[in-house]
Amino acid sequence: MSLNARTLSEEEFFYGHKACAGCGGALAVRIALKVLGERAFAILPAGCMSAVGFNFPQLCFGNNAIISTFAGTASMLTGVRAGLQAQGITDCYVVGFAGDGGTADIGLQALSGAIDRDDDVLYICYDNEAYMNTGIQKSSLTPFGARTTTTPAGQRIRGNIRPKKNMFEIVASHNIPYAATASIGYLQDFINKVDKASRIRGTRYIHVIAPCPTGWGIAVDETVDIAREVVDCGLWYLAEYEQGHYTLNRRPSEFTEITHYLSRQSRFRHLTQEDVEVIQRSRDDKWKQLEALQNR
Amino acid sequence: MAKKFLSGNEAFAEGVRLARAQVISAYPITPQTIVVERLADMVEDGSLDAQFVHVESEHSALSCAMGASSVGARTFTATSSQGLLYMAECLYYAAGGRFPIVMMNANRSTALPWNIYGDQRDSISQLDSGWIQAYAGDAQEALDLALMSYYIAEKKQVSTPFMANLDGFILTHTYEVVDIPDQEQADAFLPPFQTDNKMSLEQPRNLGFTAGPDYNIQFNYKEHKGLLAARDAILEAEERFAQIIGRRYSGLLEQYKTEDAEYILITLGSIAGLAREVVDTLRSKDIRVGIIRLRYLRPFPEAELKEALQGVKALAVLEKDISFGKEGTVYTNVTASLFQAGIRVPSANYIGGLGGRNISEQEITQIFTDLANGGQGLHFIGIAPEEEQEEVHAK
Repeated sequence: MSLNARTLSEEEFFYGHKACAGCGGALAVRIALKVLGERAFAILPAGCMSAVGFNFPQLCFGNNAIISTFAGTASMLTGVRAGLQAQGITDCYVVGFAGDGGTADIGLQALSGAIDRDDDVLYICYDNEAYMNTGIQKSSLTPFGARTTTTPAGQRIRGNIRPKKNMFEIVASHNIPYAATASIGYLQDFINKVDKASRIRGTRYIHVIAPCPTGWGIAVDETVDIAREVVDCGLWYLAEYEQGHYTLNRRPSEFTEITHYLSRQSRFRHLTQEDVEVIQRSRDDKWKQLEALQNR
Repeated sequence: MAKKFLSGNEAFAEGVRLARAQVISAYPITPQTIVVERLADMVEDGSLDAQFVHVESEHSALSCAMGASSVGARTFTATSSQGLLYMAECLYYAAGGRFPIVMMNANRSTALPWNIYGDQRDSISQLDSGWIQAYAGDAQEALDLALMSYYIAEKKQVSTPFMANLDGFILTHTYEVVDIPDQEQADAFLPPFQTDNKMSLEQPRNLGFTAGPDYNIQFNYKEHKGLLAARDAILEAEERFAQIIGRRYSGLLEQYKTEDAEYILITLGSIAGLAREVVDTLRSKDIRVGIIRLRYLRPFPEAELKEALQGVKALAVLEKDISFGKEGTVYTNVTASLFQAGIRVPSANYIGGLGGRNISEQEITQIFTDLANGGQGLHFIGIAPEEEQEEVHAK
């Protein structure tokens, strides 16, 4: 039976936390755990989801869950799986939920190690494009142009001037059994990918865009909508990597206006026409590269 | 019981095998590496049934061990020097999580300057991390500590990680004849790891959580009590070990000819072997001297020191570490304990063996001579007194 809004578990495993209204990360964790169910061991590093979910005595996970060190999501995933394996416990999932900083910056080494060993774990990066828990500082997944508290938009620094690191392809380059990109704006696609990943052995990686209203400068009821728009305007894409092959899951026949996507968010409000052209060019280059990857 | 000619690293690996460690996370660093190489051999030849994980750093080595311990597996890892410092975050984390991980640390100097040889600056810098810290004196003790460490760390009231320290090269790479207990004896000594402090499918838990200002001190207090409870667990483990395996240890410290000693040298690790020889030589000249070897720095043997130092005229602490800007950390711990015990005697602190520099019989003899002549204060073995003076005058 395929999983969808009708068939998804009614049970809540991430419930009663204190995430901000409109939190995209909380939605990603909640939905993924509904797919994986009660036999999931969840590992979350220091970051938004651990900060909102593990405040003794109010512990909000209905399944097994533990906070790892900031750099240690993947290495703790490895240890949990090895510890279970050593005791003959195999009928379960070991899943990590780390943010963009916890994945692409401080946690990248441990993640690379886990994929290298092909440890039987699922790693989900909920990407809100900056260190939101500490107050919106730039990470290596902050997109070009975004204003953060460490990349102010003024005369000398004009927001973040570096493009987003490409985690999906970094991970795929390890010859990982399964990697995917997703967005909470396309929830069915995300559900499908978590479900698919849960049936594959070895290391699996899902990179899900999960907007943060506070950090992006949008209203709290715009999270899902903007997570759709980032895909529709081509600045994010839904793809999979499996057994050496790339698949684009969604190819918009025509992109929506990038300016509309950018101008909705206060983090991009300072951008000039020139900046927007840079973003547009890099989007077009990216899509050419994606098509080439898929067709190779 | 079989006899084998083993290095300290190899002896420790035998102990880990006998303890039936279930998950081993391994990352190489000199002079620790041989312990994990031997464990890999044991997994290969089937004498050890364990998950052997090739982690990509020391931080991940301990993070992996925490993950395995958090689901109730018996774990082992090993490190040294820079590796210990690199994983420092995880030391505090493992202790706070009350995960009874056992780790062997090959004591080695810390950079800069780079140096691969033995001193104790690495582990002593981590005394506050919440781990039990033991210091082996020889390869036999290393093996026995490996087996006893699990018993002590896993006691419910202790639930504290255990760091077993072996002097780099001097102990890790030096061969001795070692008695290896039978697996049946080891199994009789050490029961399988049982804990409630774990995640399980039967009883899901949230671990590794946040505790704000209202609850934080309670958790830290319990962690402190757990480490203190290790004292009784050590004594119990040693008694049990003596009953089942037939070798007896002396608790948190070991005394040598201290009973009527006027001058006592307190030290730790393998240097105590040489110091005992010096004591024998001086005793043959009717000079009443003795040695205390600290086998554990955490929990610290306060009560034992108080008892052992009754009637002493003066004492010195010889250690292979320095807390820059103060003195040797072992000396600080010893003198604080004496102050609390109301013992007021002259004392001196000797820093030696840094970066693997040899400490000679003559130098240890000189310590006793200095003590008898009323010597006090901080001294660096190998730095001439004139040089020390010049440095002071230059300021």
